[in-house]
Formats: sequence, structure tokens, C-alpha cells
Amino acid sequence: MGIYLDHAATTPMSPAAREALVAQISQVGNASSLHAFGRGVRKEVEQARESIAAAACAHPTEIIFTASGTEANNLAIKGFYWKSIERDPSKNVIVVAAFEHHAILEPVVWLEEHEGATVIYIPINPDGVIDLDALAQIIETESEHIAVIAVMHANNEIGTIQPISEIVELAGDIPVHTDAVQSFGKVDFDFAAIGVRSAVISAHKIGGPLGVAALILEHGIDITPLLHGGGQERDIRSGTINAPSIVAFAAAAQSAAVDRVSNFERIWKLRESLKEQILHAVPDATFNGHSEKMLPGILNVTFPNTESDSLLLLLDNAGIAASTGSACSAGVQRASHVLISLGLTEDQARSSIRFSLGSSTTQAEIDEVGSKIGSVVESARAAFSVGAGAKS
Amino acid sequence: MKVIAAMSGGVDSAVAAARAVEAGHDVIGVHLALSSNPQKYRSGARGCCTIEDSHDARRAADVIGIPFYIWDMAEEFHAGVVENFIDEYAQGRTPNPCLRCNEKIKFQAVLDRAAALGYDAVVTGHYAQMRVDADGNRAMYRAIDPLKDQSYVLAVLNEKQLAGAMFPLGDSHKVDIRKEAKARGLYVANKPDSHDICFIPSGNNAGWLRDRLGSESGPIVDQEGNTVGEHQGAYTYTIGQRRGLGLSVPTVDGSPRYVLKIEPKTNTVVVGAKEDLAISKIVGEKPIWCGPMPTAGLAHRGFAQIRAHGSPLACTYTVSESSIQAQLDEPLFGLARGQGLVIYDGDRVVGSATVSDTE
Repeated sequence: MGIYLDHAATTPMSPAAREALVAQISQVGNASSLHAFGRGVRKEVEQARESIAAAACAHPTEIIFTASGTEANNLAIKGFYWKSIERDPSKNVIVVAAFEHHAILEPVVWLEEHEGATVIYIPINPDGVIDLDALAQIIETESEHIAVIAVMHANNEIGTIQPISEIVELAGDIPVHTDAVQSFGKVDFDFAAIGVRSAVISAHKIGGPLGVAALILEHGIDITPLLHGGGQERDIRSGTINAPSIVAFAAAAQSAAVDRVSNFERIWKLRESLKEQILHAVPDATFNGHSEKMLPGILNVTFPNTESDSLLLLLDNAGIAASTGSACSAGVQRASHVLISLGLTEDQARSSIRFSLGSSTTQAEIDEVGSKIGSVVESARAAFSVGAGAKS
Repeated sequence: MKVIAAMSGGVDSAVAAARAVEAGHDVIGVHLALSSNPQKYRSGARGCCTIEDSHDARRAADVIGIPFYIWDMAEEFHAGVVENFIDEYAQGRTPNPCLRCNEKIKFQAVLDRAAALGYDAVVTGHYAQMRVDADGNRAMYRAIDPLKDQSYVLAVLNEKQLAGAMFPLGDSHKVDIRKEAKARGLYVANKPDSHDICFIPSGNNAGWLRDRLGSESGPIVDQEGNTVGEHQGAYTYTIGQRRGLGLSVPTVDGSPRYVLKIEPKTNTVVVGAKEDLAISKIVGEKPIWCGPMPTAGLAHRGFAQIRAHGSPLACTYTVSESSIQAQLDEPLFGLARGQGLVIYDGDRVVGSATVSDTE
């Protein structure tokens, strides 16, 4: 059935999560109802909340379930911003890392265009870690006006882990939000210890179902809601509680926590093996990211003189699933803003692809990719040379 | 064969892809993104390459059961087709961008890329017939559906390009293609055909050109050089145009006047009587042969066609390495330089050239 190396996009559901989902989906009852049916479902939801909180080193009341990571990021960014300008209209500056996921960048741009926000982007060092000196300078000159700072815990395209605790320290009283969708369950994530005001985690990246995520929001912090309704989740998020998905999310989080250390080591080794085999087949390939501060499963590679859409087509033909940064709404591959933020040229960015490994990845799969990558890149280069010829 | 189906999101290319699969080829669907700033929705029969079209193409590929990809050809399309279109108008010529797109994009950029990626041919939903004789000579013929025949816009393909092209719809009528699409479960079965120029979704070609070439007004003169009116940008007029000239000086006998000539250098539009539009000889440059080049120097009998759905005009033609000259049996009224001249031998496409002169 092919080799799936796109675990950062979504990863197979774990057996525990599947089982929990199936069991819960046959239970009737709205978790907000007062009768026995409702209480039964509520009990499961609250147990799930507790175990997810435990996995993230947060307090159960800090977990606010949402329908997606995008929703949770929107809720945090817009919620902090609106709350901030409500208290003091001059606190309208949002500071974000230049390589954030679109789930952060787009709400920020929207706030700039429609709600009077001023946005400052934190530059990224070539090794894929944010420029802390630049951030310190931004904070020094703008501290009176900053509503929120958002830096992702680990980048989804290149896998670099960001120095969130140091950012929190620099920020002082300014709220810091972190999108931990890619890192939660894969590396240590301790909400209490790193000291952010809020974070986002998502079920389907760790073997849980699609359609459920959570905003972890520090106890006692109030932000403006996006959705208004029954106020089911701490009066900050409305909507009927999605009990089956939440219960399955908890099962996935528990499994991920149990297997985290062993998975980390195994997947890290597999990635190193893939790296070696790629270099052997394509000696001028380069890797984007950091040598150590990395998620284990993400390998972002630049194959000079290729175009990523040719690479993806050829890999797909060979039964190998990989991906690129992002496509526009018409489906056209775009040069990744993440790679551009590291200083890659447009051409380099357009010749880069991401392999992302997960718990189901095997050495045999990596070896097969290693055996095919040479001819894939060769064909992609042939296509590039005719394309470049036509353009000039 | 390993084949790439160019899928626009319309019914024809969807059925063409399905027929290629059925013929036993190993097919993948490719949608060409030709605009770097696509429109969200299709409005009626105008335009293509909208986000909706790319979605329709993807769904058709799903139903047919073939892999689907989107190729970004926006840069090539802009450089090869859109800029050429503007340049040609700036020089007072009337280009046909569909011919240019087939020549430079669909059967060059796409075909080259396909070959590099290990594919043998490109299949499209064009209505034209390809026949290969016992000696392996390839020739292109008109489609059997006269209302849909697209051999005119394919006449810019040389033998090598034709060898890498497949047109499985040439032996069918459009009405049957729609029925077939429906039977195959393709929901684009009733999607309207696209007309007009795809990169001008408003349909307002004159306005679009004015935005890019400016709207410097200038004189409209008669053949004696007398100013009879004023125009708002010479290139927004076409040869043979009668309406909308807004002339301030009528002719003595009140007879209508037509655009005879556009002179971009002096920004002048020349008008005159209908009989002054009449031409009997067409000269085309940069010929492309869809098969063997006809013998140079000899007079050949055939048909000339100057518009995609124009009538075939009986003619005697001669060819050289650099030109085609067609002597028409009956005069023709109104032909602009830049248009495509296509020569037919019966229903067989001999070749094409760009109109450079008329007499």
C-alpha cells in the first residue's frame, strides 16, 4: 500500500484511540445534560481531560477542547488581542515568528487588516531557530504595546524546536502563546514548566482522531471567545462537547506519553538513516533545520535543480508519500514561507520536500526510499532542465 | 503507453482521460494552473483555470480512478501567451492566444516535462482526428463534429508534437460526449463550454488591453488621410469593425465605413468602404507543417481557414521554407495581420502560418 512518510500531516490512529472512539460513539448522551446519560458521558470527558492535562503537565481546567488546531490558534490569538485592546487600545502589537503555521499567520494578518493590529515578525536564524536577540530588541522597544507573542514549539516543516522558556523569560508579563501541535507527544512538553500563557495541541498528529484539539489556557486567564453559544468549555468555547473524539484523543495522548522516549530514539535513528541514504544517492542534497534541536521525525531536504511538484509526482508514482510546505487554494505548490524565512532562495525553497516519519515507519521502508530517491531526483532534474529552458 | 491527461476541469478533457484509460494506457491527470492569481469561481462560459475548475478536474480524475496533480505553468503561460498577446496588439496585429497556448504550453512545455518525467504522450479533449497510415506517417484531420472541430487551433503543432499528442474525441459528436460523461458518472457532464479568452475573465478584451497598453486617443482617418473621428486606443479596434466607431464626418452617400487598418506607430485607425476590405491573397510567415511539407514552388489546391470556426475558403496555395501564400477563389472581407492562416487538403490539416500581409 506504499510508504507513508507524511506523518506530520496526519498519522494513523493508534489502536487504543480507535477502540476508545468506537466504544464512546455508541454511548448516547450530551455531556452538558443533567440526567444519568449526560452524566455518564460527562464523566468520560472529564477523565479524558484529566489524562490529556497530565500528558501536557497542565491542570485539567486549563484544557479547552476545540474542533481543530486552527480553531484553537485562532481563539488564542484573537482572544488575547481583543482582550488586550479592550483593556488598553494602545496594546495592539502582535509579535509572531516569521515561520509560524498558517493557522497563526492568517488570523494575525486578518487582525492587521480588520481590527487595527500592528504585526511584528520575529526573524529566524538559518538553523531554523528564532533570533532571540531580535526578539529581545522588539520587546525592549515595544513592550508597552504588545498584546501577545506567538512562537511555535516546534516547526511543522523543518522540525526545529524553539527556545520557548527563554522567550517567556524575555517576555516578562506579556502573554506568550505557543502552537505545540507538531511537538506534543513527540518531545517533552511541560505546559507548567515552560510558563506560556497558552498552547495548542491536536489529536490527529499523535494517533488520535481528526476534528478535535485543545487550547491549553492558563488557569484564571480570560480571553475573548470566538464562538458564542452554550459556553460549554469554560465559557471560552461554545459547542456541544465532542465526547467520542475527546475520549479517543486522551487514549492517543496516553499511548504517546508511554511510548514517547522509545519512539523518539527509534524514529531519530530512522531519520538519520534516511539522511545518510539520501546523501549517498544525491550528494548535493542539503538538509534544512538544526542538527540537534529537532523533532525526531521531520526531514526537510533541498534537492538542487528540481521542482518539488515533480519530486512529489515521481515519489507518488513510486508509492512514496512526502509533502511540501503548502499549496494555494487552487492546489499550486508555493515556495515555503518557512524555508524563505531561513534565508533560502525562492528556487531553493521550491526544490525542497519534507519527509515525516512516525511510529509506524520501519527501516525497510526507509531503505526502499533510499534505493529509489536517486532515480526520482534524476528524473525531476530532467524535468527541471526542460522547464528552466522553456522559461528562459 | 504512459500518458498525461491534461484536465481543464471541463467535460471534454475528462472524457478524453477516461477513454485513454480504457484504451489501456497508464494515465495520470494533470491540471495546468495558468494564472498565478486564479479567480475563485467560473462565471458562465468565460475563463478557465479557476479554483472551481481545478476542483472539477480533481473530482473527474477521482471518478476515472487516476492519480491527479496540479502543474504550475503560470510563469510559462504569462511569458509565452499573455505577453505575446499584448505585444502583438501593441504592434497592430490580432493574435490568437489559443493557437499560441497549444504551440508553446500544452504541446511544448507540458510535453517536454512529461517526457522528462517518463511519459510518452499528452492526451487532451480537443476535437481533432489523428490518423497514422500503413507507413507510419501521421496526419491530423478535422473532427467529425463540424461544430466542435478544433483542428484549426491545433494546426500549430509540428510532426514531433503531434507524435506526442492524443485526441480521443475527434471521432465523436459533442452531444455524445456529454452523454458519455453522464454515463461515466462525471458530474461535469453538463458544464458549459468555455469560450472567449481564458485570461480575460471579464470578456472585455478592449478594456483589458486598455489597462495594459494605455488609452492614448488618436485620429480615425479615411483612405485619403482626412480625419473623420477620434479613437480611444487604436488596438481596441479590429479589422472589419463597423459598429462603435463614433465617426463625426459621414460619407457623402451615407454608406457605412469599416476599419481597414490599424497603424500603431502613428496611433491611427484607417477606415473605408466595404469593398476596400476585400482581399484575395493571404501571405503567412513562420509556417508550421503538421505533416510533410508540401512541395515548394508548385501550386496546390486546398482550403484556407482564418478563424477557429470560420468557413474553409477554396484557394490555390504555394509554400516555401518561410511562408505560405494563398490565392483565394472568392474575395474575403476583413483579415487582420497576426491571425492564424491554416491550410487544409480536404479535411487534412496541411499546416499553418501567421498572417503577415494581404492583398
